Amino acid sequence: MTIVDIGIPRRLVEFTVDGSTVRVPEGSTILDACTAAGKEIPTLCYGDTLEPANACRVCMVEVEGSRTLVPSCSRKAEPGMVVHTDSPRTRTSRKVVLELLASATDLSTTPGVAEWMAEAGADPDRFGPDAATVAQPALVDNELYVRDYEKCILCYKCVDACGDQWQNSFAISVAGRGFDARISTEFSNPLPDSACVYCGNCVEVCPTGALSFKREYDKRADGTWDDSRQTATTTVCTFCGVGCNLTLHVQDNEIVKVTSPHESSVTHGNLCIKGRFGWQHVEKKA
Amino acid sequence: MDLKLLDAVATREERAAVAGFAGGGRDQLLPALHAVNDRVGWISQGALNLICETLHVPPADAYGVASFYSLFALEERPERVVHVCTDLACRVNGADTVCDVLTEHVGAAGKARGGVTWQRSPCLGVCERAPAALTFQAGDPAATELLAPATGASAVLATRREPSASDGLAPVIHQRDGLRLLRRVGVVDPSSLDDYRAAGGYAALRNALRMGEAAVIREVTDAGLLGRGGAAFPTGRKWAATAAQPAGPHYLVCNADESEPGTFKDRVLLEGDPFALVESMTIAAFAIGARHGYVYLRGEYPRALRLLRNAIDVARERGFLGADVMGHEGFSFDIEIRRGAGAYICGEETAIFNSIEGFRGEPRTKPPFPVEQGLFGKPTVVNNVETLVNVPLILTEGAAAYRAIGTEASAGPKLFCLSGNVERPGVYEVPFGTTLRELLSLAGGVPEGREMRAILLGGAAGGFVRPDELDLPLTLEDARAAKTTLGSGVVLVLDDLADLGGFLLRIASFFRDESCGQCVPCRIGTVRQEEAIRRVLSAGSDERPLLREVGQVMRDSSICGLGQTAWNAIESAIDRLGALQ
Repeated sequence: MTIVDIGIPRRLVEFTVDGSTVRVPEGSTILDACTAAGKEIPTLCYGDTLEPANACRVCMVEVEGSRTLVPSCSRKAEPGMVVHTDSPRTRTSRKVVLELLASATDLSTTPGVAEWMAEAGADPDRFGPDAATVAQPALVDNELYVRDYEKCILCYKCVDACGDQWQNSFAISVAGRGFDARISTEFSNPLPDSACVYCGNCVEVCPTGALSFKREYDKRADGTWDDSRQTATTTVCTFCGVGCNLTLHVQDNEIVKVTSPHESSVTHGNLCIKGRFGWQHVEKKA
Repeated sequence: MDLKLLDAVATREERAAVAGFAGGGRDQLLPALHAVNDRVGWISQGALNLICETLHVPPADAYGVASFYSLFALEERPERVVHVCTDLACRVNGADTVCDVLTEHVGAAGKARGGVTWQRSPCLGVCERAPAALTFQAGDPAATELLAPATGASAVLATRREPSASDGLAPVIHQRDGLRLLRRVGVVDPSSLDDYRAAGGYAALRNALRMGEAAVIREVTDAGLLGRGGAAFPTGRKWAATAAQPAGPHYLVCNADESEPGTFKDRVLLEGDPFALVESMTIAAFAIGARHGYVYLRGEYPRALRLLRNAIDVARERGFLGADVMGHEGFSFDIEIRRGAGAYICGEETAIFNSIEGFRGEPRTKPPFPVEQGLFGKPTVVNNVETLVNVPLILTEGAAAYRAIGTEASAGPKLFCLSGNVERPGVYEVPFGTTLRELLSLAGGVPEGREMRAILLGGAAGGFVRPDELDLPLTLEDARAAKTTLGSGVVLVLDDLADLGGFLLRIASFFRDESCGQCVPCRIGTVRQEEAIRRVLSAGSDERPLLREVGQVMRDSSICGLGQTAWNAIESAIDRLGALQ
């Protein structure tokens, strides 16, 4: 959930979710309130360290009096609001949005989505065998990470993380429009020719595996990637004095990727190229 | 910002095109892209690099913006491009034949051949003279030529010669009696401020300055003026809410991005009475406390651009814009024209802001609403051209007299765009409450010997009505009660020979083409909608349940009006005309 700063005392907003009265600090979103109340609303483009892009429309809820459904990730709770998270309209919307996504995109590495689809009764095959997809070859143009845009749902998180919300590199943007919209460097030039500084923060926030570390990509390709054999250990980066937290994901005594805890007040999940990718020396055998 | 730029170098021509933008900021991105595209015909890596360096915009961002607009080319293309409109009204009037002749004599669409290419285009907004074609010729200066009506032969000829100096024909008004909004169109010289003043121009601004800001807003509110862009929001309320915002500056944006297929009323006003828009905007700016206004004009209206630019320049020279407007001390206002570049979505009120600011023309999430946080994050009024042009009427006739026109809930005169299989297509001005039958009879009905099949009301985002529903009074409330919409005032008539299935497929393709791609229901839903209609037409399958479910979710869960209305016309064709069975 978004961390709501309660440094200064805030008024509480009282409203109704699925028949229960909830009270949340002013400024909280509907999603914040639902998460705090232990209610789970699926999200894909929601970024816990980013401003809501509300592009995926998976988290839509019904607000009485509103002509359309509203995105719970970005709509602020208002006093007296009456919200339904599990009405026929929201269920249809969630089902069809997931079907649309799954019919166009490879969601095989998107955590959670298979369960949501089963629960919603989503059947992406009903759009027929000729439904247009974004299928395309993965872009492997550097040794650090891979861009597999067949898995991209255009959540905007990588663009926001690379741009003015975190890294300020602006190496990638959304180009084209409509179904042809895609994440791209300028003129689709290779990543090494772009403004990319290989911080990997785009990989950190990618919800679908469209961006993945080269080692993970290779291991998945040769069938040796195995979540169940992995451990995650959080430690402090040794490269400089900032003190960023690193989470080392280790499989078979080998570091397979490095992430950073999003709740860390130092990094909020972000790292630089050294922290993210500079771990080969650890594995250097004498 | 520490930019990493491309290595590519701009040519001499490209440098000349960008020279004027030194010192500019990101909001000059769209004009700078136009400058290069106009002069060279396309935007190379070198040119984009130079623009980015000049305006301090990251190249990936600028590429994302440039690739959003259909009038910009990012791969080399010929200097001359003929755009053939294949949208609704042109389709009904033989655009396919024009395309067939071009394919036979010039080659396939999009193929470069000897300095020229042609391509299919969404609505060019000259539906009263359909089918239409528009030639863009890059150069210094760039040139355009409108062919309307176009024939196969004239379109082929257009690919073979330089555009002539003509930028289109003057608008023709078939009515003469009882006109208010259109009273000067075709009567006064649209390039002459003196003609405009002799015909009553600037009396309303004089009244407004005398009355004061609050009284102007009260008068517009009392008149019951509702927005004419399609959403019908009360104009007075919008103005009052913006005027009351403590944050500044306040902005005024005139939405002249008339891209709804079948709509051309704003073009007729812009071309026939451009000073009226300048005066109307000045009144609005005075009322809401804005010093700077933008006209966001669609890129496919060269004649409107020329005449409006002239009107703004002349008004400024004569003291009707600039500092102390009309001698009213302390009231300064000026207008900038921002030319769109081929994106229907930029007519959405928040997408306009992104486009003007130099970002992709994607709509923003509301709330916050424009009256609180609009252009550059400041309180902003967005009004359609027709809405604004009603304001001088209110301030000269008075709210009560204005309110006496039309009905209680739909006050004033209304412009309708008649096109398709109708005897005298054109813009017609009638009071709200006129029946569809009366309006059609003004336009001469369907051509002799043909039967009416259906009428598309409100454009591609509107809905169909049947020939047995012609007694529908054209008001917002009656349209709503009849489960249809007046939208932007489109009345597109289809006769018994019309290919309804093909027409619906074109509507679906239009929305698929024009979706910005930001949200899933619209980006993918419009594709699935088009695919399903294609299946019905080719295989005869029943896709109605699937269309309904996808349509419902596009309507419920899309970010903006484009996705929310992309299923309207198709749904109404199924429900009211029994189409796609």
